[in-house]
Amino acid sequence: MSGKMEIKLNVNGEDHEFSAEPRELLVHALRERLNLTGPHVGCETGHCGACTITMNGKSVKSCTVFVAQADGADLTTIEGMGTPDNMHVLQEAFREHHGLQCGYCTPGMITRAAKLLEENPTPTEEEVRFGMAGNLCRCTGYQNIVKSIMAAASEMNSAKEAAQ
Amino acid sequence: MIPAAFDYYRPQNLDGVISLLQEHGDDARVIAGGHSLIPLMKLRMAEVPHLIDLQNITELFGIEVGSKVRIGAMATQSDIINDISLASAAPILKEASLQIADPQVRYMGTVGGNVANGDPGNDMPGLMQCLDASFILRGPDGEREVKARDFYQGAYMTEREDDEVLVAVTFDAPKGGYAYEKQKRKIGDYATAAAAVIISKDGSVCKEASIAMTNLSDTPVFCTDASDSLVGTSVTSDDIKKAVNGMIKAIDPADDNRGPVEFKKHAASMVLTRAIRSAWERA
Amino acid sequence: MNDMTPDRNERKANLKGLGSSRKRVEDARFTQGKGNYVDDIKLAGMLHGDFVRSPYAHARVKSISTDAAMALDGVVAVLTAKDLEPLGLHWMPTLAGDKQMVLADGKVLFQGQEVAYVVAKDRYVAADGAELVEVEYEELPVLVDPFESLQSDVVLREDLDPKADGAHGPRKHHNHIFTWEVGEKEATEQVIDASDVVAEEMVYYHRTHPCPLETCGCVASMDKVNGKLTLYGTFQAPHAIRTVVSLISGLEEHNIRVISPDIGGGFGNKVGAYPGYVCSVVASIVTGVPVKWVEDRMENLMTTAFARDYWMKGKISATKEGKITGLWCHTTADHGGFDACADPTKFPAGFMNICTGSYDIPTAYLSVDGVYTNKAPGGVAYRCSFRVTEAAYFIERMIELLAIELNMDAAEVRRINFIKKDQFPYKSALGWEYDSGDYHTAWDKALKAVGYDDLRNEQAQRVEDFKAGKTRKLLGIGLTHFTEIVGAGPVKNCDILGLGMFDSCEIRIHPTGSAIARLGTISQGQGHATTFAQILASEIGLSADSITIEEGDTDTAPYGLGTYGSRSTPVAGAATAMAGRKIRAKAQMIAAYMLEVHDDDVEFDVDRFVVKGAPERFKTMKEIAFAAYNQAIPGLEPGLEAVSYYDPPNMTYPFGAYICVMEIDVDTGEHEIRKFYALDDCGTRINPMIIEGQVHGGLTEALAIAMGQEIAYDSMGNVKTGTLMDFFIPTAWETPNYTTDHTTTPSPHHPIGAKGVGESPNVGGVPAFSNAVHDAFRAFGLRQSHMPHDHWRIWKTANDLGLHG
Repeated sequence: MSGKMEIKLNVNGEDHEFSAEPRELLVHALRERLNLTGPHVGCETGHCGACTITMNGKSVKSCTVFVAQADGADLTTIEGMGTPDNMHVLQEAFREHHGLQCGYCTPGMITRAAKLLEENPTPTEEEVRFGMAGNLCRCTGYQNIVKSIMAAASEMNSAKEAAQ
Repeated sequence: MIPAAFDYYRPQNLDGVISLLQEHGDDARVIAGGHSLIPLMKLRMAEVPHLIDLQNITELFGIEVGSKVRIGAMATQSDIINDISLASAAPILKEASLQIADPQVRYMGTVGGNVANGDPGNDMPGLMQCLDASFILRGPDGEREVKARDFYQGAYMTEREDDEVLVAVTFDAPKGGYAYEKQKRKIGDYATAAAAVIISKDGSVCKEASIAMTNLSDTPVFCTDASDSLVGTSVTSDDIKKAVNGMIKAIDPADDNRGPVEFKKHAASMVLTRAIRSAWERA
Repeated sequence: MNDMTPDRNERKANLKGLGSSRKRVEDARFTQGKGNYVDDIKLAGMLHGDFVRSPYAHARVKSISTDAAMALDGVVAVLTAKDLEPLGLHWMPTLAGDKQMVLADGKVLFQGQEVAYVVAKDRYVAADGAELVEVEYEELPVLVDPFESLQSDVVLREDLDPKADGAHGPRKHHNHIFTWEVGEKEATEQVIDASDVVAEEMVYYHRTHPCPLETCGCVASMDKVNGKLTLYGTFQAPHAIRTVVSLISGLEEHNIRVISPDIGGGFGNKVGAYPGYVCSVVASIVTGVPVKWVEDRMENLMTTAFARDYWMKGKISATKEGKITGLWCHTTADHGGFDACADPTKFPAGFMNICTGSYDIPTAYLSVDGVYTNKAPGGVAYRCSFRVTEAAYFIERMIELLAIELNMDAAEVRRINFIKKDQFPYKSALGWEYDSGDYHTAWDKALKAVGYDDLRNEQAQRVEDFKAGKTRKLLGIGLTHFTEIVGAGPVKNCDILGLGMFDSCEIRIHPTGSAIARLGTISQGQGHATTFAQILASEIGLSADSITIEEGDTDTAPYGLGTYGSRSTPVAGAATAMAGRKIRAKAQMIAAYMLEVHDDDVEFDVDRFVVKGAPERFKTMKEIAFAAYNQAIPGLEPGLEAVSYYDPPNMTYPFGAYICVMEIDVDTGEHEIRKFYALDDCGTRINPMIIEGQVHGGLTEALAIAMGQEIAYDSMGNVKTGTLMDFFIPTAWETPNYTTDHTTTPSPHHPIGAKGVGESPNVGGVPAFSNAVHDAFRAFGLRQSHMPHDHWRIWKTANDLGLHG
C-alpha cells in the first residue's frame, strides 16, 4: 500500500539515512539496518523492555515506535555506552555484582539504568526498583541488578565529588 | 508482531491534521505517544490505513497552571510528574500518573492518548471526571468543550467526532484533599479497581466531594450519589460505607483475568475506602 | 622453593578454581550488547518464515488456500502438510514416544497450532503473507478438562489406534496416553487404612510456562553445493537436535552442523524440536538459501513447551505421634494434544517418584495417568528436572495437611520424619537411592536464622488480633524442606530418544600453557564458560583465566545431551573433572621425565608437580605444557589433550530448607513478602556468586508461579493468558530481596562432590510461597487452595472461610 519514506536518525552520535516503510519498528531498523543488535525483542505488547533505548533524552521501548515517528531523533543504544577499553560504570558494575546471566535483558537494563541515574543520581533501593519496573528479567531475580545500579550510582557520585 | 502497512503523515499544524481526518474518515487515526495504539496495531487488532502523527503540533504541548489548569494533549505522564507547579496546584495528577504503566511508557504516553480513545482501562478518564475537567475538541467547525463527565459513551466510544482532535484538558485547580488509589496485579497493569477522590472541608464537615472509578465498567464512572452522600458529613466510617454502597450501585464490572465480578466489587470498595480516608486526611 | 615462589594459598587464589566467586567471562560481550543470539544472525540471501495458526482449539481443517499469499510480492513459498507429506515430515516423533503434527494434517488440536508456513523475503512480508492464507475450519467439541477428557466420546487423536498400546503400554481410553506405576499398591493402601491419622487431598499444580525472555527460533542454512545443512537455533540439546534432524531428514549427521549460539534463557522451553525448526529446514533445503524463524511471545506462550498441569490426589498416613507410615499418590497428567514431554524414555512421568521427598517413608505407591486434551503439547519444563517440581510441591503440601490432621507444628512433623544423616545412601520406597544429605542440620539452621519460634508467637498473636478486629492482615510462615533429583543420568536407565544421558568434555592444552575445553552441554545464562574453567583450573593447575570453554557447535563439541534438569554440573562437570585428571596423569609422566625421576616420585601441588621430599624441584603446568610439544618423551605421544565421556553412576540429590514469611491482606488479596530465607545444599560449591544468582532467579520464577502466573484456558480452549499483560512476570518492584545461605554435603559419587543447583529454587520456592499462603489461613480452617495465589483467589479463600464478616 504505502511507499517508503526517507528516515534520518542520529544513533550513538552517528548520522544514518535510509528508506523504509513507515510501519517498520524502530527496534527492527536498529537491529537489521544499522546492525545494532544490542536492543532485543522479547514480546510484542510493550511489556518486557528488552528493546529499551534512549530517544531524545527519554527511556523508550523501541519496539513501540515506528521508524517514521523516530525520523529526526537522537538515539542512544547500549552500543553507544562505553567502549571495550573504556566501559561505562554501569557495565563494569553489572559485571562486578553479577547483574546478568543470559544477557538478553541486559542492554535494555543498562540503557534504562543510565537514564534512571540521570533522573535521580542518588536513588534508594526502592527508587531503583520502581525506576526499573519497565524492564523484565527472568534469570537474576533483580537483586543483583539493583545492587549493580546502586554500586554504579555510588561510584559515579564519588567520581563527581572527587572532580569538584 | 508486525503491523499492517499504512500511510504516514506528520502535519505542522492542527488544520493539517483536521483536513486529513476529513479526507480519510475513520480510516485515519491520530497518534500521540503511540503506546496504546501501536501495540494494538502490532497485534493487528487495530487497522489504521492513515496514521497522523501529532508530534510537530506545538500548540498541543505545554502545561499551564493558574486558577485554571490547562494541559496540552501531547503532555506526557512524565511531563505531568515533573511539573512543579502542577504538583502543587493539582497533586492528584502526579499521584495518579506515577501509578500508570512503567517509566518508559510514561515518557511517551500522553494525556490526550490516555483520555481520548475510550479505553476503559485507562486511568486519566476517571481522574478527569473527578476533577470535573473539560476536554477541548477542535474540528473543521472550530473548537468546542465537552465535559469529561459527558464524554464517554461506551468502550472505545466517545463524544469526539472522527474529524475532531482533542487538543487539551482544562479544569479548575481543585481545593481540599485528594487521593488516587489503584489496586493492580503488578506495575504496568491496568487497574483491578481504581478510585479518584477529591474532597474539601468546611471546618470539620465535608463541603464538596468528587468520586470517580476506573476499569469497573465499559466507561469511567463518576459516582454522583456516592459523592453527594459525603457532603455535609464528617466522613465517619459509616459515611464512608454509605458512599461505598452508592459507588457499588453505579459500577458494572466484568469478569476477566483479574477476577470475577464479586471480587472486583470488593476491590472497588477497598480502593474507594482508602481513597476517601486518605483524601480526608489531606483536606 | 625460592623466595620468589608465591605461597600455596596465593597460587590457589590465582587459579580462581573451585570455590572462587570468579567474575564471569560472558559479561564482557553481554554488557556491551555484543551477544550473538539467533535473531542477531544474518546470512546472505536469508528468507524469513512465519506461521498461520489455528484460532480454534479443536477443528477439522477443510481447506487451505495459499493463492492470495503466493501472489504477494516477496512471498517465496507457503508450506502445508500436503507439501511435507512426501518427505514424511508432516508429522515428527516427540521425545515421549508419541508423534506430533508439524503442520495441521486434517485437523488441529490446540489453539495456535501450526497450519501453514509462509516463507518470504523479510519478516514483514511473511507476516502480511500469513494474513492472506485462507483456511476453512469446521469446529469440533473442545476438551480442556482432563477428567472430562477421559470420559468423553470425543476422539482427539484420530491418528492413534485406540486398541493398540501406546509408547508406554496399554491405553485405557482413546484420550488416555499411559499409566505409569511404581511402589507397593496393596501394602501402601493397607498401611494407610490401618494408620491412626490420615490426610487426604487433591493437590493441583497448575499449568504455567517457562517464558524465557528470548523466544524460540532458528536459522536453517542448506548449502546445496557441499550438501551440508547448518542449523543455528535456541537448542538446549544441540547434539540431540542434530541426531533427530538426521533421522527425520535423511541427511547424515556428518553433513549436519547444529550451532546453539548465545541463548536468552532456556528453562526447559528450548529442549525439544518445534515445527518452526522442521519447516525452516525444509524451506532452506527447497529454496537453497538460509531461512530464519523467530516466534512471537504469544506464539511462545500459546504453543511451546508448557510446564506442570498435574492433578495429584494424595493420601499420607502417620502414627498419632507423627511418624509417617505410608504415602499414596495418583496423578492425572494433562499433556495437551500430543505427548511431547521432554522425559527420559523410560520415565513418562519423569522423576515424579521423588515425591517421598526428604522423608523416611517406609511404604509408598504412585500411579500416573497421562491424558490428551485440546491444549498445547509439553509438560516437562521450567526448572523441573522432569516433574521434580510437581513431586516436591505434592509432598510439601501433604506434610502441611498431615500437620493439620495431627494438630502439630509443621516444622516438627518434618523433623520427626527426615531421613537421618546416617541413613545415606538411602533407598526410597519408590526406587531412588539418594546419595547424601544432612537434613536436620539444614533445618535447624534455617529455623534459627528466621527466628522460627518468635514468628509462631507473632502469628498466634496476629490470629487473636484478627479475630478481635484489630487487623485485616494475616501472617503466614511457609515451610519447605525439599530434596530433588537431578543430573540425568545413568545410561542404563536414562536416555532421550535412545541417546544415553552421559555427557562429555574434551580438553586441549596449548604449548604456552593455556587451554580450550569443549563440552556437550550449552549454557543459557548459567555461566558455564566461567564455572567449568574453574573446575578445570583446580584439576589441572592452570588459571581459569587461561582456559576457554566452548559449547554448542556440534562440529567441534563432543557429544552430550545438553543442559536442562540441572544436569550440567553433575554430568558434564564430572566429565570435566575426569578429563582434567587424565591431563594431570599425563602431565605427571611428563614432569617425572623432565625431573628425571619415576612417575610416582612426583606429586601434584596446586599448579605444579613437585618431587616428593625435594620441594625446590618442580615443574609448573605451564612448563609441562610446553614440554608436551617440545620434548620427545619415550612412550608418550606429543601434545596434551584428553576427553572424557562420563556415565554417572547415579543421579544427585541436592536439598534445601526454605522459609517464606508473608503478610496477606484478606480484603484485597494482596500479599507482601517480609522475608524469604533460602538454604541450599548443592554439595561442593563451584562459584558462590553464580549459585546465589541462580537461587535469586529461580525463587523469582517460583514467586511468579505461586502468586499469579498461569496458562489458563476458557471452556472453548481459548488461551486467556497469552501475552505479558496477563501472564504474570514480576518486575523488580514485586520481587523481594532474598536471604541465601548454605550447607555443604558433597555427593559421594561425583568426582568433585558437586550436585547442581539451578533447579532447586524453583523446586523449593513454589511450595514455600504456597505454604505461606496456606499457613496464613490454617487457623481459620483452610486445607487446600489451588495456585496461583493471585489477588482474587486469596480474596475468595478468605471469603469462603467467612473472613469478610
